[in-house]
Amino acid sequence: MTVQSDAAVEVRGLVKAFGTRRVLRGIDLRVRQGEFMTLFGPNGAGKSTLLKVLATLSRPTSGSAHVAGRDVRSEATEVRRLIGVVPHESLLYEDLTPRENLRFYARMYDVPRAGQRIQEVVEMVGLSGRMDDRVGTLSRGMQQRLSIARALLHDPPLLLLDEPHTGLDQQALTTLRDVLCDALKRGRTIVMSTHSLDEGVRLGTHAAIMVRGRIAYEERAETFDAQALAREYERCTGARA
Amino acid sequence: MSGFWGKATAIVVKDVLAELRRKDVAASMLVFALLLLVVFNFAFDITAENEDLLGAGVIWATFTFAGVLGFTRSFVLEKEKDCLSGLMLCPVDRASIYAGKMIASLAFMLLVEAIALPLFAVLFDLDVFQLGMLPVVLLATVGFAAVGTLFSAVAVNSRARDIMLPLLFLPVVVPVIIAAVKSTQHILAGDPWSELWSWLEIMAAFDAVFMVISSYMFEFVTEQ
Amino acid sequence: MNRLHALLHHRRLPDALLALSFGLMAGTLYLIFMYVPTEESMGIVQRIFYFHVPIAWVASLAFFIVFVCSIGYLATRTQGWDRVAYCAGEIGVLFTTLVLITGSLWAKPAWGTWWEWEPRLTTSLVLWLIYLAYILVRSYAADSTQGARFAAVVGIVGFIDVPIVFLAIRWWRTLHPSPVVFEGGSLTGAMRLTLMISLASFTLLFAHLLLRRVQVRRLADEVELLSQEIEEREEL
Repeated sequence: MTVQSDAAVEVRGLVKAFGTRRVLRGIDLRVRQGEFMTLFGPNGAGKSTLLKVLATLSRPTSGSAHVAGRDVRSEATEVRRLIGVVPHESLLYEDLTPRENLRFYARMYDVPRAGQRIQEVVEMVGLSGRMDDRVGTLSRGMQQRLSIARALLHDPPLLLLDEPHTGLDQQALTTLRDVLCDALKRGRTIVMSTHSLDEGVRLGTHAAIMVRGRIAYEERAETFDAQALAREYERCTGARA
Repeated sequence: MSGFWGKATAIVVKDVLAELRRKDVAASMLVFALLLLVVFNFAFDITAENEDLLGAGVIWATFTFAGVLGFTRSFVLEKEKDCLSGLMLCPVDRASIYAGKMIASLAFMLLVEAIALPLFAVLFDLDVFQLGMLPVVLLATVGFAAVGTLFSAVAVNSRARDIMLPLLFLPVVVPVIIAAVKSTQHILAGDPWSELWSWLEIMAAFDAVFMVISSYMFEFVTEQ
Repeated sequence: MNRLHALLHHRRLPDALLALSFGLMAGTLYLIFMYVPTEESMGIVQRIFYFHVPIAWVASLAFFIVFVCSIGYLATRTQGWDRVAYCAGEIGVLFTTLVLITGSLWAKPAWGTWWEWEPRLTTSLVLWLIYLAYILVRSYAADSTQGARFAAVVGIVGFIDVPIVFLAIRWWRTLHPSPVVFEGGSLTGAMRLTLMISLASFTLLFAHLLLRRVQVRRLADEVELLSQEIEEREEL
C-alpha cells in the first residue's frame, strides 16, 4: 500500500525476528530525501538487518517499512528499481569480467542505453583499465568500486551501503567519498552503516546509533562533531567507537 | 531485453558464460556420470546377458545422481559472493529468475546426457540412438530440472546442504525415474511407440505441474 | 468463527476426545477380534486389514492437513498455521510408519515376504520419505522461521506429488502383477461395519492426538517467547 510521504525512508515499529531471536526490536526511523543517514553501532546491533529489510531482501516480521512511499512487502519490485545496494559481499560473478557483470545487471534493471551508461559509471569509479579482466583477479578495493558502479547503473534515488569502508585501500576510500559526495549533490538519499566514525560524520547529516535492535540515539545536523558523537557512542554502547 | 523471458534469457546467458570460464558444473557432472557407469557395471555385474534388462536402469540412475550433483553446484556458485542476493535485488519477477536458473540447469544436464549416452552405448553395447530416446530424455530432464532448481535453492540455504537435496529431490521425482526407465526399456527392446505413450504422458504431466508449482514456490524459498 | 476457535482451543477438548476415542476404540477391538467372522482366503491374519486401512487413511488425512496449513502459513505468515502443520506432520510420520509395519506384518503370512513393491505399500514408502524430508528441512534450516517456510514449500510440493507417484507406481506394477492385494473380494455387511467403526475410531484418535500436540506446542512456543522477552529485558 503506497503511503503519502515525501520521506525517502519511513520505518514504523519495525520488528525482524529469526525464529524467536529478535534482531530488530521496534525501529522508528524517518529519512528525508537528500539526507545522508549514517548508522553506527556495535556488531549484532541490527544495522545490516535493517538495511536488508529496506533493500527488500529480508521480510519484516511486523511493523512497516516504506521506501519512497512504497511498501517493501507489497511493492517490492518498485522498491528494487529505486534502490542501489552496496552490501558487504560484492555480489559480483567472479568468473565474469566487470563488463560482463555490468551488462548482465544492466539487462536485469532495464537500463536504457546500457553501453553508454556502463561507460559512465565505470569512469565514475575509475575502473576503465580493468574492464576485461576476470573479477576474481581484482583486488578488494577494485571489487568494491565495481560493486558501487553496479549499484549506480540504474541511477537509483536511494543508496544503501553496508559497512563499505571495511578493508578498503586509500584509493578506493577516496573514490567512495567522491562518489557519495557526487550522489548527494545530485539529490540522492544515502543510508550507510559504518564502523568508522570519521567517515560516517564526514558527509553525514543524520546519524543514529543502534544498540541491540533499537535506535539508542539520533541526531540531525549540518555538520557533526565527531568527538561529541564518539562520547555519545560510548554512553550508549559502553565501548569505544 | 525486457520482459519475463528476456530476463530469464539473461540469466541463462550469464550462467552459460560463467560455466564456459569455470567449466565446473557440467564437467563435474560428466566425470561423476562416468564414474557411476563404471561402478554400476561392477555393482550389477553387467554381462552380455543382462545388459538389456539392466541397461535402462543404469542410465537413469546415473543421470539422477549426476543431476543431484549438478543442481547443488549451480546454486553453490550463485551463493558465492552472495550473488543470489544480487539476483534477488533485481526488479525481476521471481518466476523469471526461476525460469532462468531452471533452463540453465536443463541445458547443462542435456549436455552431459548428450555426451554420456554415446559412452553408455559403447560401454554396454546398447542401441540408445533411436528417435524415441529424444522425447524421453527431454521430458525426464525437464522434470528433474523443474524440481531440482526449487529444492537446490532450499538445500543451499540449509545447514546440511549435501544431504538436503537428495532427501528432498529423490522421493518427489520417483514418477520421472519410473517413467524414464520404463520408456527406455521399451525403446531398447524395440517395442512399438504405443507402449511409450502412457509413460511420456505421465512425464509431460509431471513437468507441467511442477514447473508451474515450483515457479510459484521459488519466491518463498529465496526470501530471508 | 470465534466460537469455533474458542471450542478448538478449549483446554478440556482433548480430554473429551480421548475419552470418546478410548470408548470407541474398545468397541472397535471387540468388533475386530470377536464380532467379524474370519475371512476364508487369508485367515486370521486378514484382521490386520481393519487396522491397516484406517491407519493409512489417517496418514493421508494428516498429510492433507499439512498441505492446507502450509498454504495457510505462506499466505498469512501466522505461527498458528505452521504449528498445526508441524504437529500434523509429526503424527503423519508416525502413522505412515505404522502403515509400513502393519503392511509388512500382513505381507509375511499372506505372501511369504516382508515386503512387496506393490503400488500402495510403495507409495506409502515414498510418502514416508517425503514426510521425513518435511521434518528434517526444519532442523537443517538456519532458524525456525526459515524452517517453517521451507517446510511449507515441501508440504505443498509433496502433497501434489503423491497422487502422481501412486499413478506411476501402479502403471509400473501392472506389468508384473503382484499377489492379489488388499482388495480380496467384496466386503460383507459385518466386515463393512467393522471397517467403518474402525475408521471412525482412528480418526477420533488422530483428532485427539493432533489437538493435544498442538496445545503442547503452543505452550512451548509461549514459553520460548517469554524467555526471549526476559532475555531482552536483562540485556537493557
